[in-house]
Order: sequence, then C-alpha cells, then structure tokens
Amino acid sequence: MDIHEYQAKTLLAEFGMPIARGGIAYSPEQAAYRAMELGGDQWVVKAQIHSGARGKAGGVKFCRSDEEVRNAADELLGKRLVTHQTGPQGKLVGRLYIETATDIEREIYLAFVLDRTSERIMCVASAAGGMDIEEIAKTDPASIIRVPIESAVGLRDFQAREVAFALGLDSGQINEAVIALKACYRAFRDLDATMVEVNPLVVTRDGRLLALDAKMGFDDNALFRRQQISELRDKSQEDPREMNAADRGLSYVGLDGNIGCIINGAGLAMATMDMIKHVDGEPANFLDIGGGASPERVTKAFNLVLSDDKVDAILVNIFAGINRCDWVAEGVIQAMEKLDVKVPVIVRLSGTNEEKGRQILDESDIDLITAETLAEAAEKAVAAARSQEASK
Amino acid sequence: MSIWLDENTPVIVQGYTGRIGTFHAEEMIAYGTNVVGGVTPGKGGSRHLERPVFNTVKDAVKETGAEASVVFVPPPFAADAIMEAADAGIKFCVCVTDGIPAQDMMRVKRYMRRYKKEERMCLTGPNCAGTISPGKAMMGIMPGHIYMPGRVGLIGRSGTLGYEAASQMKAKGIGISTGVGIGGDPINGSSFRDHLEKFENDPDTDLVVMIGEIGGPQEAAAAEFARDHMTKPVLAYIAGLTAPKGRTMGHAGAIVTTAGESAEEKVEILREAGVGIIMRPSEFGNAVETALAKL
Repeated sequence: MDIHEYQAKTLLAEFGMPIARGGIAYSPEQAAYRAMELGGDQWVVKAQIHSGARGKAGGVKFCRSDEEVRNAADELLGKRLVTHQTGPQGKLVGRLYIETATDIEREIYLAFVLDRTSERIMCVASAAGGMDIEEIAKTDPASIIRVPIESAVGLRDFQAREVAFALGLDSGQINEAVIALKACYRAFRDLDATMVEVNPLVVTRDGRLLALDAKMGFDDNALFRRQQISELRDKSQEDPREMNAADRGLSYVGLDGNIGCIINGAGLAMATMDMIKHVDGEPANFLDIGGGASPERVTKAFNLVLSDDKVDAILVNIFAGINRCDWVAEGVIQAMEKLDVKVPVIVRLSGTNEEKGRQILDESDIDLITAETLAEAAEKAVAAARSQEASK
Repeated sequence: MSIWLDENTPVIVQGYTGRIGTFHAEEMIAYGTNVVGGVTPGKGGSRHLERPVFNTVKDAVKETGAEASVVFVPPPFAADAIMEAADAGIKFCVCVTDGIPAQDMMRVKRYMRRYKKEERMCLTGPNCAGTISPGKAMMGIMPGHIYMPGRVGLIGRSGTLGYEAASQMKAKGIGISTGVGIGGDPINGSSFRDHLEKFENDPDTDLVVMIGEIGGPQEAAAAEFARDHMTKPVLAYIAGLTAPKGRTMGHAGAIVTTAGESAEEKVEILREAGVGIIMRPSEFGNAVETALAKL
C-alpha cells in the first residue's frame, strides 16, 4: 500500500525526521489560507498523488504570493497528472500540500528498502540527490552507498555515521544526519514498511537537514497489525477495477491487450499470458482467482473481466488439483448462464477429471470453445479475439 | 531415493486440528505420508485423525521422533510456528501459509542462522504448494495423482504452474523424483540454489527443471550454481514475459523493481550459464523429453 507525501512526512516526523512546515488543502481558498498561516513570502504547492516524478509532470509549483498559490491550486485540483509511473490515464489530484519554500544548498538521495539478496532492511544513499535511483545507478553507480542492517540490533550509530561521512556532510551535520537516518529506519521497522524514500534530503543554506520529499510503501500482509497505516489509504489513487478485485479476494492487474484472462494461481496466470504473447496476442489483464475456482469466484472473475470494454475474447485456464474439473466446469456454466457474455469464451480445464470436465462443457447449451492444451487454448483465444475485433 | 522426503519420513502437522490443516492432513495420509501426529497449542493429549495431538513441537518431536513438519498456521502466527519447528530440531519444514509479513520472514531467517549450517532446518515456502516425492509421500496441498514417480527433479515457485509442468511430463510418461515448491513470497526459506545442490547429490535424479518467475535474485543465483557446480542438466522456464515493471503479479515476490529481475533478463542470465531454456509454458513435456533423450 502506498501513501501520500504529506502522510509519509508526518509519519517520519513522529520518528524525528526534520521536515519543512506545511499544510494540506482541498480547495484554492484553503491553499491560500494555508500559505498565509505558514507565513513567509515563498511557498511550494505540491500535488498529492501516489507517484514520483511529479515535478517533471508540472505537479509542483513555486509561488511568491497568495494569489499565485490560489491560481496554482486552482490549476492542479481535479487534474489528472501523468508521470512515467502513473500510466497514460494519470492520477487524480484531490489534495495539495502547501509548504514554505526551502533555500537548498545540496540534495541527497536516501532510502530504506527490503533487500531480497541479503534478506535485510538496507539503507541506500547517494550524494546525487533529486534524481531517480535507477538514473543514479546508470550515471554514477559508484556514488551509491549500501548498508545492510542486522535485524537483531537495528541500525547502529556507527553505521549511520559511516553513511553521513560517505555523503560528504560537514562534521556539524553528522549528528543531525544520524537522527534522520535512524528516524527512517525506525519508521520502516515499526510500521512494516517495504520502502521509505527521502528524495531529496536537503542541506539548507543555513546548514540544516530537511526531508524535502518523502515516499513510503507498506507491506499489505502486515496491515492487519497496522491500523494507523490502513487509515491512510486513499482509494482515489487506486485503479477501480484492481481495488474492486482486491476487495473480493481476487488479484487483478489491468493491461493494454484485448484477451481477458481468468486463471487460478499466479504462476499459471503469468505463464498463460506469456503463451498468449507467444502466439501474437496481447492479454488484457492478469487475474488470479486463487486455488479454489468455486462457481462464485468464477462469476466474480467474469464480471471483472467483462467490465473492461477492450476485451474481445476471454480465456479461462483452470488447473483443478484438489478440486475436480467436472465441478469447475459446472461453475463456468453456471456463471455464464447468469451473465450476458457477448465475447467468445475459450475454456481449458486440466487436472483431476479433465475429460469429464471437457465433456460437460461440450455438451452444455452455452456457447463456448474448449481447448485441451495450453498452446491450443492460447491460439484459439487469439483467433477468436481477432474475428471479434474484425466484426466490431 | 528422493530428496527431503520419502515414505518413512515422520511428519507432523502444525495447525493440525484446524479446518485447513485437517483437510490437507487427510489428503497427505491418504497419499501415504507417514504423518505421526500434530501440534495445536492447548489441545495436547487429545487425538485427531487417529493420531496424537501435542501442545508444542518439542513434545511432538520427543514422543514421535518427527523429522519434518508442515505448517498450516494463519499468517499472524506462522513465523512463530516456523521458529518453533526450527528450535525443536525439525530438519525439513514446509510452510503453506500465504500472507506472512515480510519483516516476520526476515526475522525467521535471522533466527535460523543461530544453528550451524549442517544442523539448520530447511524451510520451503511460505506461500508454497509443498514438496512431493511421487509414489512415496507428500507434504502440503499438492494433488498427488498428477505426479508420476521418476527421475526428474522439479523446483518451482508457483503451485498450479508446477502442476501444469508435472502433468505435461506425466502425459509423456516422464516421472519426478521430488517436486519442491519454494513459494511466491519475496523472502522465502530456501531458494532454487539450495535444492539444485540436493538434486545434484541425489543418485536417483538425472535432470532438474526449475520454474522461476519475475522478481528477486534467486534465479540468477541458481544460474551461477548450475554453471559452477552442476554436472546434471538443468532446464528452466521463467514466467512473466508480459508483466509490466513495478506491478505485483499475484505473488508478493513477483514484481520487477531493479535491473536483472525481468523475465527476459533472467532468461539471458540462465542461458549464459548453460541452463537449457524452456521458451513456452506449453513445452515442459517436450523439452524434458528431448533433454532426457540426450543423456
């Protein structure tokens, strides 16, 4: 689960991270009022969406008067911001964060991630702040500092100092840096984060450290014990279909193709999509309906896939292990009887009682295409989608 | 022979008396697994499925001599159950539970390092389908009848894709020595590499098939091990060619975040290490048949 910049900053501040003063606004009037409240004569109006690279997309505006703040807010609110992380549909700006502008001396990249190689939380830092870490890895890989943290003892002061000195900070800033690093680490550990990124962490002209931008991601598997984090969820930032699926215990990812996929198991789902690609088709979605494949789940899956009007054909690929194919076949028929499916449906069942399952499908009155092998299923789906597309 | 598990291995079930634990324990017993009892804290002293129930794994090990354990404990308590098994001297543990917090698994891995490598429990999973030595025993939730006994080792992250591979092989008359599910989580107990090593040393395995997917460093580590230490041929399929970057594809671990984690990159790394690549998921049967014919 992702949260907004202002939420991440608030959380990190609770653990001791220094942040600039700021406030949230939902309307231009509120934005201007926040600026007045904060005082000073320079502000930054920042669109709050779940994506990085907001600056490049025009989502961060520098303002010198309350009039400019009001205008910037008016322009941003209700707009869909498109960054390289949001996809072409962009993300809706529903709230703004107004911050006093900071005089920046230098920018630093700082992050904590879950490192799968060392199986530890890892501190990643670079003197080349403000840039994307992937970009830094390409242009200046030697500048990236990586410190794995032993979970039994946590981030030690000496490790934080090593990072701070490696970043070339002045001796007067080392203690502040240690506090900032430990704040990020503790927030990561105590809140079950999967990612904390402060980019940039800045040194101000008067020599202080400040988190100028912050991003946090959380482990969905740990939300059961993180009530405080669950409450920060902003559903307007999520894909409605994916959210709808998740609420029904299905795992769905929307893609750009026209072949809808209904499959049990994540690995088999990915493999089936690969198979479609190999025979020159494009999947419209990833959808794992879980091990069970009960009639209720199959019905929900059909509803979900059909809600995407790009879909020209649906490929159902179920491996019945503990279940039986005849039972899954009945479920598919029940689901299709209830729903008005106007696109061709290709069904491939394998596993326990597969012949019996296929026979039930073949003998039913429902209009569907059966396939025996994975290759055959993909080929039939691609062909059916083509003729459906042509007849439109 | 087979790796990790055969018909004599004494197995206990953690979360034994729960609905899911009971259902799969029955399946395991029906397949021929030597289930010697189970653990449910607070129900020690009673009997379930004609076998004794214990309060702690230590009690179960002491009374039954259990060497392996399969964990069906819900996510909030599963990490603790795994550590309990490791501490009680269990040698091989399958954790089926899906949804364990990643930092809990980090602590499990850290905890297990307190034991010497040769005495350390081997954990498979979490979020895995189990381990099967066809015709002998099964731990987990696998449908036993789709696996034919034979001489091919199988290691995979995904449950149903592993079943697909096994049934394609069975259709060709090719059997499996042991099939190991290592699970789809970002931090898991054991990796492809760990099981490749076991298969390399197993006289009854001739060839190994690994089924990987996008995300994480374990396929690359396996490629290096296969290149430097394997005399037996290794075939690999990597799922997720169509997966976009930065999106989780069902398995918490199936997400491309950094360089080297996409399907194309993993295929390239494996190919360069001399691993045979299965290009399409419809070709498991054919590819294994061709590779076996060359032995």
